[in-house]
Amino acid sequence: MEAFRQYLALCGSLLFWLFVAPFRGKPWRIGHTFAQIVRIGVHAVPMSALTALTIGVVLAMQSAAQLAKLGATVYVPGLVSSSLIRELAPLVTAVIVIGRSGSSVTAELGTMKVSEEIEALEVMAIPPMSYLIIPRFLAMVIMMPLLAVFSIYVGLAGGWLISHYSLHMSTAFYVTHALQYVELRDVGIGLLKSGVFGVLIVTIACSIGLNVSGGAEGVGLATTRSVVVSLLSVFVANALLTALFFF
Amino acid sequence: MSAAEPDATLGEPIIEVDSLVRHFGKQTVLNGVSFKVHAGDTFVIMGGSGCGKSTLLRHLIGTEKPTSGSIKIFGQEITGMKADALQKLRGRYGMLFQSGALLQSLTVAENVALPLVEHTPLDAGLIDTVVKMKLEQVGLTGHGHKKPSEISGGMKKRAALARALALDPPLVFSDEPTAGLDPIMTAVVDELTQRLTQKIGATVVVVTHDMNSVFRIGTRIIMLGTGANQGRIIAQGTPEEIRADPDPAVQQFINGDPDGDGVDDTGELLYRDMLLRKL
Ligand SMILES: Nc1ncnc2c1ncn2[C@@H]1O[C@H](COP(=O)(O)OP(=O)(O)OP(=O)(O)O)[C@@H](O)[C@H]1O
Ligand SMILES: [Mg+2]
Repeated sequence: MEAFRQYLALCGSLLFWLFVAPFRGKPWRIGHTFAQIVRIGVHAVPMSALTALTIGVVLAMQSAAQLAKLGATVYVPGLVSSSLIRELAPLVTAVIVIGRSGSSVTAELGTMKVSEEIEALEVMAIPPMSYLIIPRFLAMVIMMPLLAVFSIYVGLAGGWLISHYSLHMSTAFYVTHALQYVELRDVGIGLLKSGVFGVLIVTIACSIGLNVSGGAEGVGLATTRSVVVSLLSVFVANALLTALFFF
Repeated sequence: MSAAEPDATLGEPIIEVDSLVRHFGKQTVLNGVSFKVHAGDTFVIMGGSGCGKSTLLRHLIGTEKPTSGSIKIFGQEITGMKADALQKLRGRYGMLFQSGALLQSLTVAENVALPLVEHTPLDAGLIDTVVKMKLEQVGLTGHGHKKPSEISGGMKKRAALARALALDPPLVFSDEPTAGLDPIMTAVVDELTQRLTQKIGATVVVVTHDMNSVFRIGTRIIMLGTGANQGRIIAQGTPEEIRADPDPAVQQFINGDPDGDGVDDTGELLYRDMLLRKL
């Protein structure tokens, strides 16, 4: 409960530094944000790509195996695209970003906390919120939807590999059928989901990292906790959001 | 100790601490500490390891809040001060942490440049020159491009000191600036500290264990007690007054005696008896 109170406190001051401070002469740090975009987002691209490709391939194979029994393999592209866009791309991207970037944000901030670096920033009158947290937050909120979109494309390419080489569909056929079953609304929901996941991941990682105590051991424990709590929150949030748009 | 009438040789008070108390759980780390630091002082806080020196400094810089008591810096009460006001005040002092607390993600030079980049309108070239000058003052010329993980403990201390002095603040806190330094570097850092007060007119608060340093640079000294006197000031005054202090705990600390009233060895005797009985 103490942790939850700390989390709310962080979110409160995050809102202040996001929306109020820029109008009081304390703008967002664009340079730092770009550095974080590269660390949090760009470096996650290869892993997201590989994962999305395998997911696309597996989706196509599994659906083809079932649909072949009905003689309905023409539906494979639509199935691949709609499950990727609505569910899998945002979720899988979130899992990868939690493992790669959320954990490293917690570990980094936790280490800075136990080695008094955060205190030193405060004493130098450099607010850690503005110097450390806002750049990470912005980077995550910008990069999560972008990574999800990227995963959708790569996953579709994976589906195409199976559809084209194994099911002998032409590329044009694959693309038109893949797009036939998705509406703009689905893409919007997918992007909204990944944005929400990004906010959850980065706020949880920062809150746990900033409140580390107990040396190197504390940093290790905090990193594990950050990954576990983020995963659970993302899965629960995913279910809630899907339900919200289902009804 | 009971100097009620103002001393003509003292400057205006920069720091006024009154009946400061701090508990951590059941432990009372500071127990009614009161003192004043005047302009131009080199104010030394000494005392055994774990007696609460760093904790006291943390209260003075406002990163820890006291259980009770009052702390005034430049005449402003900082306990319960709003974040905004505290931040303004912090522009006027520098702090050297016991561990250095350099940002690991930046090079040594970038660390020293950080306060300048954040708080001055100077351009990059000018900042570069100031950084070189500060590094030179602490004997770190040519090490600016290294990361903190690539330099020794003593070098970290000196780099952190350079960072604390980057803005030439009128008030400097320094937690064991010479711990882990060789005798020559100790002398260099002590001289730098003295220059701050004598040339720039700054006020310095130093925590140190090094008795040579204490008497070389200190103009006023307080000593915090341990054991039964945990968290209390057991001696204060000028270096001469401290040297002449009749309290055996103070004399033991100054002379570095392993036996004496400052060390409680009844526990050890008790354990020896227990061991002997088990044989
Ligand atoms: N955050 C904290 N939580 C609990 N206890 C603390 C905390 N910080 C300090 N203490 C306790 O306060 C006491 C004083 O610690 P402090 O670091 O101020 O000692 P010190 O005088 O600076 O010692 P040293 O000379 O070894 O640096 C210690 O007993 C320590 O256990
Ligand atoms: Mg200490």
